[in-house]
Amino acid sequence: MSSADTSTETEAPEEEAPLVDEPREALLGQITAALGDAVVGSHIRPLDDLWVRVDRDAWPQAAAELKALGYDFFDYLSAIDWLPSPYGRDMDAQEDLAVHGGEPKDPGPLQQGYAGGDTRFQVIGRLYSIAAGMGVHLKADIADDDLRIGSWTPHFRGANWHERECFEMFGITFDGHPNLIKLYLPADFQGHPLRKDFPLLSRRVRPWPGIVDVEPLPGEGDDEGEGE
Amino acid sequence: MTAISERDQLAYIASQAADARVNVELETEGMTLNLGPQHPATHGTLRIVAKLDGEEIITAEPIPGYMHRGYEKLTEVRTYPQVTALINRIDWLGSFANEVPFILAAEKLMEVEAPPQAQHIRTILFELARIANISLFLGDFGLQLGAMTMGFYAFRDREHVLNQIEAATGGRFHPNFDRIGGLKDDLPKGWIAETKAAMARLRAFCDETETLMMGNEIFQARTRGIGIIPADIALSYGLSGANLRGSGVDWDLRRDACPPGLAYDQADWKVWTHPDGDCYARTWVRLQETREATLIVDQLLDSLPGGPVMAKVPRIIKVPEGEAYVETENPLGAMGYYVVSKGDLVPFRVKIRTPSFNNISIVPWVARGVYVPDLISILGSLYFILGDIDR
Repeated sequence: MSSADTSTETEAPEEEAPLVDEPREALLGQITAALGDAVVGSHIRPLDDLWVRVDRDAWPQAAAELKALGYDFFDYLSAIDWLPSPYGRDMDAQEDLAVHGGEPKDPGPLQQGYAGGDTRFQVIGRLYSIAAGMGVHLKADIADDDLRIGSWTPHFRGANWHERECFEMFGITFDGHPNLIKLYLPADFQGHPLRKDFPLLSRRVRPWPGIVDVEPLPGEGDDEGEGE
Repeated sequence: MTAISERDQLAYIASQAADARVNVELETEGMTLNLGPQHPATHGTLRIVAKLDGEEIITAEPIPGYMHRGYEKLTEVRTYPQVTALINRIDWLGSFANEVPFILAAEKLMEVEAPPQAQHIRTILFELARIANISLFLGDFGLQLGAMTMGFYAFRDREHVLNQIEAATGGRFHPNFDRIGGLKDDLPKGWIAETKAAMARLRAFCDETETLMMGNEIFQARTRGIGIIPADIALSYGLSGANLRGSGVDWDLRRDACPPGLAYDQADWKVWTHPDGDCYARTWVRLQETREATLIVDQLLDSLPGGPVMAKVPRIIKVPEGEAYVETENPLGAMGYYVVSKGDLVPFRVKIRTPSFNNISIVPWVARGVYVPDLISILGSLYFILGDIDR
């Protein structure tokens, strides 16, 4: 999704010349100088925002470095599941298909957003500098077979609840978190609701708690999709 | 207002320490106090598990989640225009303000901008939502600390604001008026004069509050020097809005990082801060903010540019691929929406950053070592809405 690389030099260079955002370029330079090879991707939308993707091992260090640079306002921390959803809106489409006919939709391959990515889960966090009037989005890839990452709580106290929410909603473990328990959901709830393969079952009946099984609605055939 | 001197703050801390020693000598036993889930001071279903030693709080841990409605998941199956109907319900006292950052994020991805008239009206309604929200806070906080009159006054005068919101949008609590590219409608006839009259009423309410509540000796005794949050702790927890400005941080997203699509630069206004960081400071900042908001509304009503209220947008809204984060200064603090689009009719992922979530996560820090009545002052002055925590 990186937009800067596509324009060719030959046609209309005045119009195609990309905006240069000097404060954010300078900040990206500072982050790269502090973290070195740990910065694995970046994206600047001029006069708007900066995304920096760092290595998973450098995630807490990135927060510490940015805090030292004056980015001391903790905005939020969350995660993104890049798996194309087999459920959700697609379910409506399947119901529509049953009525109107047609080809079922192919979910397509994994495609990550700004600053790139290699894995299904990405942690995203934002820090803000009141003095500079700018914010930074930090991203980090998390390997699918090892969903864990360092905690920001030593550097930002506010990360505590955000990491607990992220833990219950995505199943990502934060190493070094002092109290990593569920925040919203009951302790016996199974599954991670914000994952894309967690079905949003407003139209399907399923037993409590959580993602145990998916039953067809009364009167429906036995060809309903099943959960996990 | 006069700031509390450092000496007074130290005296308060010293007196707390002295009291703690007394408690040790008395050999008091620990006990657990469940405050809530249905307590008048919790503005909804929030439970606070407090471990007490005598009447002193050792730890206080808020337990949210009784109202979790899964908006972040639900937005993945709603089209962009449908999402506003949901997110109205996050901070139900200032509903219109919830819609704006999401709409602005979608506008940013679509690269459309609302016409000037729509920007003005949007800003006016945003400030009306702020007034409706904070005026209720002022009354409710008085109520929690025993000043019944403030509650009645607040409900009486808030009605004028709600009436104006209803006259313009058709809904008092869930306006659902904001559209990608502008607004649903222009202002109705006669609305400007009525709104100005309402703003005058609200200014009178602010003056009443200032003398009746803020000037009250009991109120000051229950709020001054209690729940002191230093600026660096507030930033580390991500506190925003009046909670941050009450700690002396001069930061307001309306002035410092106003996203395109709002008309705050068209008015002349001031950001209020207070250096103390205690319960009184937060309340004082909110009171001044309410008065300032009425002035913003008056100025914007005088300078309405006219013209259309909708930009040209497709009938069926498909948002191009990309990611955008827009944060605005909502009544409770900084509210942001991180929208990830994959070019569909529905958002791929929406992260909702709500102010109360961060604001209330500081409770375990700020409530240790205080007394149970002080916990009510602290909870009240942090001012959270449960829908805003739980989403």
